[in-house]
Parts: sequence; C-alpha cells; structure tokens
Amino acid sequence: MTTTAMSKERLLFNGADWDFPTLQRVHDACEEIALGELGLDVYPNQIEVITSEQMLDAYSSTGMPLFYRHWSFGKHFAHHEAFYRRGMRDLAYEIVINSSPCISYLMEENSATMQTLVIAHAAFGHNHFFKNNYLFQLWTDADGILDYLNFAKSYIARCEERYGEVEVERTLDAAHALMSHGVHRHAGKTKVDLRDEERREQERRVHEEQVFNDLWRTVPTGKKRTAADVGLEKRRLALGLPQDNILYFLEKSAPLLQPWQREILRIVRHVAQYFHPQRQTKVMNEGTATYVHYRIMNRLHERGQISDGNFLEFLKSHANVVFQPNYDDRRFSGFNPYALGFAMMQDIERIVTAPTEEDRAWFPDIAGQGDAMSVLRNIWADYRDESFINQFLSPNLIRQLRLFHLYDDPEQEEGILVSAIHDERGYRRIRRQLSREYDIGWIDPGIDIVDVDLAGDRRLLLRHNVTNDWFLQEADTKLVLQHLANLWGYDVLLQEVDSSNEVVKEHAASPHKPIQ
Amino acid sequence: MHIVDRRLNPRGKSLENRQRFLRRAKSAVQQAVKRSLQSRNIRDVLDGGEITLPIDGLTEPGFRRGEGGISDQILPGNRAFVEGDIIPRPPGRSGGRPKEAGEGDGEDGFRFVLTREEFLDVFLDDLELPDLAKRRLTETEEESPVRAGYSVSGSPSNIAVGRTTRMAMMRRIALRRPRIQEMEELRREIGECEDDEKRRDLEAKLNALTEKSRRIPYIDPLDVRYRRFESEPKPVAKAVMFCLMDVSGSMSEHMKDLAKRFYLLLYLFLSQRYKKVEIVFIRHTDKAEEVDEETFFYGPATGGTLVSSALAAMRAIVAARFDPAEWNIYAAQASDGDNSYSDGTTTGQLLRHEILPLCQYFAYIEVGEEDNDSSVSRSPLWTLYEGIRAEQVPLSMRKVCRRNEIFPVFHDLFQKRDAQSKVAP
Repeated sequence: MTTTAMSKERLLFNGADWDFPTLQRVHDACEEIALGELGLDVYPNQIEVITSEQMLDAYSSTGMPLFYRHWSFGKHFAHHEAFYRRGMRDLAYEIVINSSPCISYLMEENSATMQTLVIAHAAFGHNHFFKNNYLFQLWTDADGILDYLNFAKSYIARCEERYGEVEVERTLDAAHALMSHGVHRHAGKTKVDLRDEERREQERRVHEEQVFNDLWRTVPTGKKRTAADVGLEKRRLALGLPQDNILYFLEKSAPLLQPWQREILRIVRHVAQYFHPQRQTKVMNEGTATYVHYRIMNRLHERGQISDGNFLEFLKSHANVVFQPNYDDRRFSGFNPYALGFAMMQDIERIVTAPTEEDRAWFPDIAGQGDAMSVLRNIWADYRDESFINQFLSPNLIRQLRLFHLYDDPEQEEGILVSAIHDERGYRRIRRQLSREYDIGWIDPGIDIVDVDLAGDRRLLLRHNVTNDWFLQEADTKLVLQHLANLWGYDVLLQEVDSSNEVVKEHAASPHKPIQ
Repeated sequence: MHIVDRRLNPRGKSLENRQRFLRRAKSAVQQAVKRSLQSRNIRDVLDGGEITLPIDGLTEPGFRRGEGGISDQILPGNRAFVEGDIIPRPPGRSGGRPKEAGEGDGEDGFRFVLTREEFLDVFLDDLELPDLAKRRLTETEEESPVRAGYSVSGSPSNIAVGRTTRMAMMRRIALRRPRIQEMEELRREIGECEDDEKRRDLEAKLNALTEKSRRIPYIDPLDVRYRRFESEPKPVAKAVMFCLMDVSGSMSEHMKDLAKRFYLLLYLFLSQRYKKVEIVFIRHTDKAEEVDEETFFYGPATGGTLVSSALAAMRAIVAARFDPAEWNIYAAQASDGDNSYSDGTTTGQLLRHEILPLCQYFAYIEVGEEDNDSSVSRSPLWTLYEGIRAEQVPLSMRKVCRRNEIFPVFHDLFQKRDAQSKVAP
C-alpha cells in the first residue's frame, strides 16, 4: 500500500461535501484530541443541523432555541435578515448553547471543513468553557435551562391568553428595558436551580388559590402611620435597600403588580442572569474556543485526517476570525474578542513553554512551567475577562498589538492625550485600563434603588453614581423610567450624584397606562 | 454524541414575532412603503422589497451613558505616537470619542425586507374597492362539489378503485383466503406425486382450499367504495377588469407608460381582493379591437379617435362573456382626452345608459405630457365625462401627467370611504 492510499483512507472527508456519518466521524476525531490530548472536560454534545433561516431565527431570540414570543425578536430578525440578504454580513457559522447536553447549531450551507471547525470550536472549546468556568458554575444551571425556557414560553403564552397580548407585551417591554439591571452581580446568593424555580412557581400559585379569601380585602386597615413612625434605616433594611437588582426589587416589592406580572419579571431576570456570565467572559470564551479549534485542526492535519486543501480552507477562515484591524483602519470597530482572546491564549502557551527573561519577571508562576494545557485549563476555570486581562496581558503582546492609551477630557481644549504607549512605562497602565474596559461593573452605569416611602407617597428613589462625568443619556433614561414607573405604580425619581455626593441631575416619571 | 437534523422543522418559526413587529410598526411601515413607492418602479412593487423605517416607537431603551464625559480608551496599531502627545480632535465632534464597537450599524434608519405579501398588504391596506360586493352576490351563490371521503354506496362512475382493492385485500388477508400461487403449487405437487396416499392427502387439502377460496371471494360487494362528494356553496367572487386605451397618433409613449402604470396598480389591487381576475384589453383608434397584453402596450397603431368604438366593444364583450349578474365589472380608461367632435353624443349615450349600469366602477384617467399643466386645459372627453359624473354614477376621473402622480391618484380613487358616500368625485 502506498502512502497516498493510506492517507486517503485516514481522511475524515474529501472535498466540501458532508453527510451525517461524516459529522459523526469528525466529532469522534475531535473528541479523541480534545479529551485525550488537550484534557478537556465537556458536557455531552448534541449537534443540530439547521438552515440559514433557522440560524437567523436563533440569533434573533438571543441564541435560544425556544423562547417566548415578543415583537423585538421579530425586529431583530428583520434587521439581521436585511443585512444578510444584502450580503453585508455573513451569518455566524455556529451558535452554541450553555446547556447540558451542550447544543451546537451547524448551518447546512457550511462546507465539511467549516463543520469540522465549528465542531472543534463550539462542541469542544465553548463546551469546555461553559462547563468549567467558575462564573458559569456559579450562576447558570446548564441542566435546567432548556426546561426552564420551555416553561417560560408556555407560561407567557398562557398569560397572553388570559390577560391579553397587549398587557403582557407592556410588562415584557418594561422588563426588557430594565434587563441589564436585573442581575445579581455579587455572589453570595446561591445558584438558582431552574427546575426548582419552575416547580416553586406552581406551588406559589396553588398556595395563593388555596388561601385566597376575599374577606381580607375588606378588613379595616387601621390608623395610617406617618412616615416619621417608620425609621428610614428600618425601612431600608426591611426592603433590602440599597438594591442594584431593580427587577428583583420590583418583583418582590412593587405593590400593584399582579402575580403573573411578577412571574414575568422573574423570567426576564432569570434569562438576564443566565446570560450575565457570557457578557463577562466574551474575550476568554471566544479565546478558548478559538485556541481549542486551532489546536484540534492542526492535530487533525498532522494526523493526516484533513487534506492539505481543506486545511488551507480552514486557515483562511481562521485568519478571518482572528483578524484585528488597527485603530485607523476603516474596518476598525473596537477589539475583536476572538483576536484578543486567541492572541492571549497563544501568548500564554509561549510563556509557559518558551519564556524570555521578561516573561519570567512578569509571570513567575507560569513562565517555563512546561505544561501549557494544564495552565490554560486552570486559567479558563478561574478568571473572567477583567481579571484575565489584568493578570495575563503580557508586555510582549502589548508590543505586538502596538497598544496605546487615549485619555480624552472634554475640558481639555487642545485635544486628546496619548497617556501611555507600548513601552516600559506604559505596560501596566495599558493593562489596567484595558482590563477595566471589560469590567461590567465599570461599563454599565451603576444605579441603585436607595429609598422608597411605603407609608407616604410611595415614591421610588434611585441613584446613579456618576463617574468621570458620564451622565445617563436623556432620551433613553426617560423611556426606561417610564417603564419603571408603570411597573412600580407610583412616581419614580432618579438622581444622578457626582463623586462629592451632590445631586447634579434629576429625572422623574409618573406611571400611566398609555392607550394602545 | 447526538446529531439532530432540524432542517425539516416547521419553517417560519419567526413568523409570529415578525408579525407582531409589523403590527407594532404598522403606521411607520405604511409611511415607509408610501415613501419607497415614489422612488420605485411599479413592476418592483410586485417583488416586495426593502423598507427603511425610522425607529421611533420601536426603540428598546436601556440605561445607557450619554455623551460628554471623560473617556479612556485602549486602541491597537500605534505607529507614530509617544507618551504625552496631544492629538487634536477631529472637527465637528464634541467629545472626540472614537466610535464604540457595535455603533457602526447605525440604527437611525432601520432597514428590513418585506416579503411580497407583506408589502402588498401594507401597500393596499387603506384602499378599498368601491362596491366590492356585487349587489346580488348572496343570490348567485354557486355550488361546487368537493371531495368528502368515501362511502359504501354511490354511482358506478364514482367507484374508488384503489380504495376498493385495498379493502378487498384487507379482507382477504384477514380471512386467510388461500393464495393462487399456493394452490398452483399444490396442483403441481399432486401431478408429480407418486405415492397414492400422499396424493389423496394433497387432493383433500386442495379441495379444502378451493372450497375456502370460493367462500371468500376475491372481491366482495362489501369491499366496494365510492368517492363521495359534497356540494359546497361558494360565493361568487369573480371580477373582470376592462382596460380601455386610446392608441391613436396623439398618444405618446410617455402617456402610454402612465396608463400602463395605472392598469398595473389596478390589477394588483383587484387580484388582492378577488381570487380570480380576468383582464380584457381593448385598444381603440377610430375602431376598437380586443388584443393581448403585449399588443396592448407595445403594438404600434395609428389612426383617428372614436371613443365610442371602445365602449361599444366593451358592451359586446360583456354581453358575450361576462354576465353582469355574476361578474364584478371594473373598467379603467386611459386617454389623452381627444375624441372626434362627432362622436361626443354617441360616447355619452353609450357610457351613461349602457356601460355605467354594468360596472361596479369606471375610472377614467386622462394622461398628459410631462411638462403639460393639464389642470388648465379641458379636453372634449373630460368635459363630456364631467357632465355625466354630476349624475351620481360610479364614475371617477383624474388627470395625470407625471409618473410620480400615478400612485397618489390611484390612492385617491380607491381610498376607503364611508359606507354611505358613493363613488364621489
């Protein structure tokens, strides 16, 4: 037997066509490398082949396979579709869901090489990250999410039947507007068990039905206590204030909400919470997946399981994925998380296996340690974007990317200051600043509910701590506050406070029921 | 690992969400559709198309930071700067803040694609056919047979052969009718058999089988099934549209183009409302003829002008093929307004007493040259028709000179009216 004949036999596929047995072979080959050689640890895989329309559909509803109905998903669908049809944007090659089994969507139009890339990337890279990163372990319930979404979908459909589409839509619109302020940012609450959550909702309802007694409504409430009676501190304590999870607060304390509306807030909150770790780990997650697919594809090629031609095809799309335009390039639109993540993973591999003197000084713990995979696996498990960059962005990479730091103070008439570049003096500052740009707590405006006068006029008081003169955008804030007031049922006041604790700006809203 | 093929899942999972979005965006979409029509060829209307929507009322607000604060940013690709450099801000930008990731798409004009159906729905939504219902619609319901399964009785011409043999086979299998091959086999065995005793056995067996197959016939009257029909009343909703056009020498290409656009719109509109729309093209010079579409729009013809000839031709065609009791009859006439002086009386008589009583609606558009100010001139035909219109008949008339006037005129003619008001001006 000649060598060519041998390698022909080893090839997983030939050309661009694929069928289901091919996918199976590809998956098994990737699995052998991922688990055997890279030591990854993954949820069981489920691979679903879908059409481009279904792909559009999936990422219009934030990538979830089943989701409740809402007009905004239709809007996003239309938006994506328009771009796609005009050829201005490619569809994502894959979508992967943090669930167990881990579901990866593959588009039918992909070539065999692309399917292999996607399987290596999503079914092993992302999958490993989902299963092992501490944020996902802490905040998400991969076993329960699909059941929970199913529950959410049918629950909201039932609500629409009972209370009308318009009412449900109003509630959902309001909840969506507050979605970014519907997550618990600080650990300490135990992880939610979504299946349990669904069961509890049913129990709550049964309980309410059992104990319902219309008589209670007619019981005299006695003398009204004045606001002075209830001490401010006591009141805050009772309501758990200050509270940065606005949706949670409304769900628990808004006086006028119907039980089903509270449940809808809870659903939106759970979905927001489920996606919260993904927001905090974009660079790491994509970096991990890209690094993993790169390793796997190279190994497949080395082992003669992918032909040279197909490997070239892979290299081309890989290069596209990790392309980072410079700031003055027309294509520049911020950092590409794939590029940054992949570059950092490769840089870490280099530091572990072939460190320079500089690396030894900067990274004494890992430099020259030798086993790149074990170091990377630990990093993937224990960090999020902010801490990851703060810890592992090396001078070498800063030089390679030629990073620089702009400081723009509008007060400064002359222009924008270049406050650090890729030199000895700049490394640490650039690293600290870049890591901050990935800190959700820093990017999202910090808004707390600080007080509410339950016995008095029931006005809800919120506070936005302004940093660096970044005030809230007026028009949007007004709309969100309107939603908030509609949910709360009474007036709402948002104060923007500067660093010296002085109120600089105020926004107010009163509830109303717009006629639809 | 588990592979699932989801491609055959029901399509259009997003349809509901899309429709909700459209419902919500309806007024904005309507505006946008109208705007897009002005810049669009009528043929393209048939294809649906891309719509740009302002996103007011479709925003999904969130707490976001506004402009104007102190900003820090890390960027890649420094070639020239050293620490401490001051870069002047580009003019016209207050904050000097480089664009943020994701801002690039620009949501100020929100574009998306409507399918043909969605587009037409929106496009024709606020239009209404005058007298859409035929006056005698309820009486002239038509019954048509529709398939309604099978029955055990019926006329021989309706025997459902497939179903009958299927029933027969089921029965034969259930009752274990001996198969013909089986009996052939036995006969052959008997023929070859040497041993007497065994032969008797076989013969007895064969007899039993023959007996059994006689008892269980191949096809039993019980098996026979007939196709069953039920007659279902169907309301008659048939429409015919007469396109009348003057093709005499005075009609320029531009005028014909205007007329054509008008006919297309009317056709589109009618076909939204009726299942089946017939179109009859009649062109006339000093004599009228019924022609096909191609000839109608593009066939060369010259001659004088006798409008009455077209009306007479229409009357004849209606009498021959379109019983006014069953058909909703619409007519659209395009002309530059010229008519032979001697023809005026005939035309008026014909229109008033013969044509209008037949029609649901008669639309007359007078086309003019692009640079013409037609509102000043009064053509012979216009004057004539105006006189008739005063009599409260389903006749309306408009003048059009420029392409972009076609849609507004059309819209004007067919806009929704109160139930009471007849086809007014």
